[in-house]
Amino acid sequence: MGHTYATIAFDVAKCDGCMKCMSACASAKTGMDDIARARIQVMPTAFGFELAMCRQCGDPKCVAVCPAGALAKNAESGVIAWDGAKCVDCLLCTVGCAYAGIAPDPADGRVTKCDMCDGAPSCVSACPTGALRHITSANIYNEVGGWEDMFTPGLAGCQGCNTELLMRHTMRRVGPDAVLATPPGCVPGMGSVGYNGLTGTKVPVFHPLLTNTAAMLAGVKRQLKRKGREVTAIAIAGDGGASDVGFQSLSGAAERGEELLFMVVDNEGYMNTGMQRSSCTPYGAWTSTTPVGRESKGKTQDAKNLPLLMVNHRCAYVATASTAFMEDLYGKLDKAIAASKHGFAYLHVYSPCTTGWRFPTDQNMEVARKAVETNFVMLWEFNPRDGLHFTHPVDAPLPVTEYLKAMGRFRHLDEAQIRHIQAKVEENRAIIEQLATKRPQLEPQAQHRPIAEQTTTQ
Amino acid sequence: MVHAQYLVVGSSHAALEAVSAIRMHDPEGSLALVTRDSRLPYSPTVLPYVVSGRSAPDNVFLRATDYFVGQRVAYMADRALTRLHPERNAATLSDGAEIAYDKLLLATGASPAIPPIPGIEQVPYHVLRTLDDALKLKAAVAASRRAIVLGGGLVGMHAAENLVKGGADVTIVEMQPQVLGAYFDRVAAGFIERAFAESGARILTGRRVVRLSPGAAGVMVHLDDGQTLEADLLLTATGVKPDMGYLAGSRVAHDAGILVDDYMCTNVANVWAAGDCAQARDFFGERPVMNAILPDAAEQGRIAGMAMAGDPGVKAYAGGVPLNTYNFFGRHAIAVGVGVTPAGSEERVRHDEARGSYLRVVVREGRLQGIFGVNEFFDGGVMRQLILRRVDISAALDRLLADPLTTGREFMSRLWR
Repeated sequence: MGHTYATIAFDVAKCDGCMKCMSACASAKTGMDDIARARIQVMPTAFGFELAMCRQCGDPKCVAVCPAGALAKNAESGVIAWDGAKCVDCLLCTVGCAYAGIAPDPADGRVTKCDMCDGAPSCVSACPTGALRHITSANIYNEVGGWEDMFTPGLAGCQGCNTELLMRHTMRRVGPDAVLATPPGCVPGMGSVGYNGLTGTKVPVFHPLLTNTAAMLAGVKRQLKRKGREVTAIAIAGDGGASDVGFQSLSGAAERGEELLFMVVDNEGYMNTGMQRSSCTPYGAWTSTTPVGRESKGKTQDAKNLPLLMVNHRCAYVATASTAFMEDLYGKLDKAIAASKHGFAYLHVYSPCTTGWRFPTDQNMEVARKAVETNFVMLWEFNPRDGLHFTHPVDAPLPVTEYLKAMGRFRHLDEAQIRHIQAKVEENRAIIEQLATKRPQLEPQAQHRPIAEQTTTQ
Repeated sequence: MVHAQYLVVGSSHAALEAVSAIRMHDPEGSLALVTRDSRLPYSPTVLPYVVSGRSAPDNVFLRATDYFVGQRVAYMADRALTRLHPERNAATLSDGAEIAYDKLLLATGASPAIPPIPGIEQVPYHVLRTLDDALKLKAAVAASRRAIVLGGGLVGMHAAENLVKGGADVTIVEMQPQVLGAYFDRVAAGFIERAFAESGARILTGRRVVRLSPGAAGVMVHLDDGQTLEADLLLTATGVKPDMGYLAGSRVAHDAGILVDDYMCTNVANVWAAGDCAQARDFFGERPVMNAILPDAAEQGRIAGMAMAGDPGVKAYAGGVPLNTYNFFGRHAIAVGVGVTPAGSEERVRHDEARGSYLRVVVREGRLQGIFGVNEFFDGGVMRQLILRRVDISAALDRLLADPLTTGREFMSRLWR
């Protein structure tokens, strides 16, 4: 498994040109405040503020053209390091780099470049607007890459499927001591329950009805517990299987406090069987049962807010998550697994569907991200002790059209429908804000910590 | 007979980039690298710094032994390619062994071109292309009192500066009317020539050596104007040319170098060539050119490696763009693109005698063709992209001349960040 790295991201829309990043860099690296010597250069242009700094390329041309062996990419950190003792000051690296990421320091003429400040970039901590961010999600991928995949290779998900990614991540984290229930939907549909007597998983898996998933899983868990076997009993169900006919067994299991982890993969419809609407399909969306034609203009009802319904069951843990925010998702997954050892844990993950929502297969993460950045989807968590709070509050959301126009299922919307959806986003936000408590100071924001650092949570 | 799926001949930038590109796509296929040098890979470009003492000779290597072990590359040093048999996919090495290949890369570089001056066989002289050359020259520089450098190219100028700093009385003899004519115009070269003159070196441009003979100190150099100079050290640095003797009878097409297509493939199946031995597309013209510079060698090697491994991500070579950087007496010069100004092109110059800075921009039909600076820093890599992408810069020409650093970065941010 390859290694992925932390990176510094720049959002031009949030930059106001204060240059504090440059001062911080210059101070950290030269001990002086001369911003001309900073290794991050923010420049005003006719198109907003722009950035010249090292991107720590995967295939670095500066390294390829260095005649002295003075530049090398560190395989562990991903940082391209400069060795001043080897450098002959020939400047060929500045000719190799197409991104102005390495340039001479005006003070001594020797090249300088960003070294990511040993994992704690000074520029990022100095940025008051959040335009610079230190993205460390790579740590998760490096860690997860070492864990066993609990599904077999070759599951037949659609190209660009978010659900396959999500369930492989989830089960890697849950590990081999688990029983998996997966009712009709995309998860078994792509082959996880198997064919011809062979399963698509490396853990025991069963295929309940849409209606009885939580009931069957609760029975399996109770029986194993009675026999003294400690397992994580997990359901991975679609939104249809959870919010429509599956709701009564889900609600019953939550009410009884069964020790289960129930994960809903919400792709807002019955995507496996031909993209029919579910009670989680949002207003205005095209589905095969809410078609677009002369009369019909997509779904006419609003989506049911299933995770809020679960909060009202006072479950041990309830959270919403998105694969575009993996640190947040992993933090919640860890808490949900822990909660399922003593009560009912419910995790609701928004899972954009490239086939049913009609967007290009390489855009899944972008669609997931836009859903959160517009507040169409809000990321929060709840437990009975601390109440509900946002884990990734978006206080200056983009207009919902930024999300809607990313996919084909909303292409037909008229002005009135868009106004309805925008109003619904604001109404949902207001309702959750009313429920939300101030973040408890006892516990930090949901944040996945490396397993090695965690103490056992029993 | 030894067999390698990939056989790479040479051990400098083109060869190393090819190895890395092959391994990126094919981590398993057997790979052998044959080099006539006895050491680990190093760059000819670093050698002037070995001569000056700036670089320790044991600290210039581009890869460690571990790298080849880790990448499962058989590193076969001290063996040159002597004969190629493409009809049976095999090569003969200088130790007599034959090695069979599926795919072969010729990245054999170049050797100093020795000028055909009468008497050159009778006198001792230095060249600078290998680490052994550099160590010999370094020892000679330390002892030299009067040195003559033939050729005012990058190698000659670097060596001359080292000799000056070592306290020798130095004369550079250049046939062309200026030094560094491949990269800089007369004004820029004038800056450089003055810096040498101020440090006590003598530069004789437009002069030709007609004869060499042994002398009491070492060498007598007879010039075409009748002058005779005496020296204890003679360095010939009049350019390089590829050694292609191994091609005899192979049907691999060659001219000044080995002719290659835009994927660095020769006219013969399973044989590629890259770097200083290859003659490839010219970005600015129709005829294939020798573009013996480091960044081009690296790029050609990368393309050849990807093509050999069947990497679908390979992109055709856009053509050679001359580029180089040059440091002299604490100052720097950067050249990107071509400086000739044919019909339809326009040039702008900013010349600051007091600051000792000079900038020249050449534009053709609104597109950047070349940019040249002395003591005027700009991002050469950004400028190269502006040339390769044929970006219309006509509206920004004044700003580019006034502030090439910021203006170039603005284009970068807008077009390819």
